[in-house]
Amino acid sequence: MSCENTENKKVLTTPFREEDIRSLRAGDVIYISGTMVTARDDGHKRLVKNGVFPEIDLEGLALYHAGPIVCKNDAGGYDMVSCGPTTSMRMEKFQAEFIERSGVRLIVGKGGMGEKTAEACRKYGAAHGVFPGGCAVVAAKCVEEITGVEWEDLGMPEALWKFRVKEFGPIIVNIDTHGGNMIADNKKIFEERKAEQKKVLSEKLKDFH
Amino acid sequence: MENINVRERIAGCVADFLNIMSKRLPDDVYDRLCEMKEAETLPSACSVYDCMFENIREAVRLDRPICQDTGLIQFFVKAGAKFPYLSEISGALEQAVRIATKKTPLRPNAVLPFDEKNTGDNIAPGSPWIEWEIVPDSDSLTLEIYMAGGGCSLPGKAVVLMPSAGYEGVCDVVLEAVCDRGINACPPLVIGVGIGTCADSAGVLSKKALLRKIGSRNPHPKAAELEKIIKDAVNSIGIGPNALKGKESVLDVNVEFGAHHPATLAVGVSFGCWATRRGVLEINRELNCEILSHKKTLEL
Repeated sequence: MSCENTENKKVLTTPFREEDIRSLRAGDVIYISGTMVTARDDGHKRLVKNGVFPEIDLEGLALYHAGPIVCKNDAGGYDMVSCGPTTSMRMEKFQAEFIERSGVRLIVGKGGMGEKTAEACRKYGAAHGVFPGGCAVVAAKCVEEITGVEWEDLGMPEALWKFRVKEFGPIIVNIDTHGGNMIADNKKIFEERKAEQKKVLSEKLKDFH
Repeated sequence: MENINVRERIAGCVADFLNIMSKRLPDDVYDRLCEMKEAETLPSACSVYDCMFENIREAVRLDRPICQDTGLIQFFVKAGAKFPYLSEISGALEQAVRIATKKTPLRPNAVLPFDEKNTGDNIAPGSPWIEWEIVPDSDSLTLEIYMAGGGCSLPGKAVVLMPSAGYEGVCDVVLEAVCDRGINACPPLVIGVGIGTCADSAGVLSKKALLRKIGSRNPHPKAAELEKIIKDAVNSIGIGPNALKGKESVLDVNVEFGAHHPATLAVGVSFGCWATRRGVLEINRELNCEILSHKKTLEL
C-alpha cells in the first residue's frame, strides 16, 4: 500500500461499474482515475434535505468528503492546492439517502462510517474507502484538473468541486458490499481494549491520592 | 516608530510565520513522528507513515499547506507588561490572518453562526481567537499559535465531574473521547488534559496542555505520572495511524491543572492530529522576530 509503490496498483476508472464495486473487499487498496466530486456537510444537506441536485450527473462517480484549498489561476479557472479527506462520520446522517438518490458508487473520506451507510452500500452497490488523513499534498498531486465548481455560495470548503484525477490513492476500502466495515470492526476491538484498560487504570489509581 | 508601521511590521512577521506553520511541522512533532514510524511494525501502519512522510516532504517541496484544513487560527498571547505596543497587537494579529489567508493560502474557515455564511477571509467575531496573558516584568511578546482544525477539534470535551469520580473519572473522560470521535481525528494524536473547577477553565487548560512541547512533563510528579498512565492506556488500545491499528496511538499526553472547587472536578480534553500545527514566535521590543518552535524543520 505504499504511496510510492507504483507496481501492481489496482486502478478503477469512473464511471464505476456496479460489478467492479461489488468485487471490492474491505482492506483492499485501490487507486482511482476519472471524475471526483466533493461534498461535505452542507452539500449533503442540500441534496438530501432540500432535494436540490447539482448540474453534474453523479451516477457512477466518486464522491470525496473533502474541503480543498483551491486558488484562481490566470486562465480564469482554479488550481488545486491541498485536498486531504475530511471526517466521513459527519455525513452519516445523510449518506444513505445521498447514495440512493445520486447513484455515486465510491465514497472517499477519512475514518469510519455507520451501519446506515453500510446498508446503503450493500443495497445500491457502493463502497466507502479511506485516504490517509492529513496527506493533502499527496492527494492534490493526483488531481490533473479542476473541471468545475457548483454551489460556491456555500464557501470554499463546502462547495461542490469537480476534478479529474489520475491514480488517486492509496484508498483503503473500508465498507464493502459484503458486510465488511473495517473501521467499525476496529472500533469494536478498541472498545473491548478500552474496557480492559479501564480495569487496569482502576488498579493503578487505587492509591493515587 | 509610528503605530501604523508597528502594526504592519508585526502583521507581516506573524503572517510569514503562519505561512511556515501551515507547511512545516514543529520540530518536536516531527521528531516524535520519526520515532513512532521507526517503532511501527504492522505493515499497513508502516504504509500510512510512509504516506505521511511523503506528504511532509512534498508540502515543503511544492510550498503548500500540509493539510487542507489550516484551521481556525488561535493566538495565545503572552504580552510583556512593558512591551511598548500593546494596543497594536490585536489589530496586527487580525491583519496577519488576513494576509496569510490570501498569500499562503489558508482555507477560509470562519463561518458566522445563525447566518451560516463563510466570511471568506478567516475574519469574524472570534476568528482569529485571541487569549491574553500579561507577563509582569517582560518587555517582549510571545505568541503561541494553534491552527484548530475541524477533525481534531471535534473530539474535544469539557465536563464537570463530582469529586468522588476522582482521577479514574478523569481518565474515563479521556478514554471515552479517544474511542468515540478521537479515532477519526487523524491519529496518532496529541492529547491535552485540563483539570480545574469549571467547564471553561478545564477547557482552556486542556488547550494549554496541548500547546506544551511533546516530551515535556508536568513539574508536579503526580501530574507527570498521570500523563504517563493515560499515554500507556491509550497506546494499549492499539488505534494506530488513521485508526487502521498500530503500535502507538499518541504522540504525547500533557496535563495542566488549576485548583478545583471542593465540590467539583472539571476535566477538559483537547486533541491534536498527527499533523499538529502549532508554533511559538517571540517578538522583542525592537520588533525583531524569533521562531522558537521550528528550527530543524526549517532546514528540511
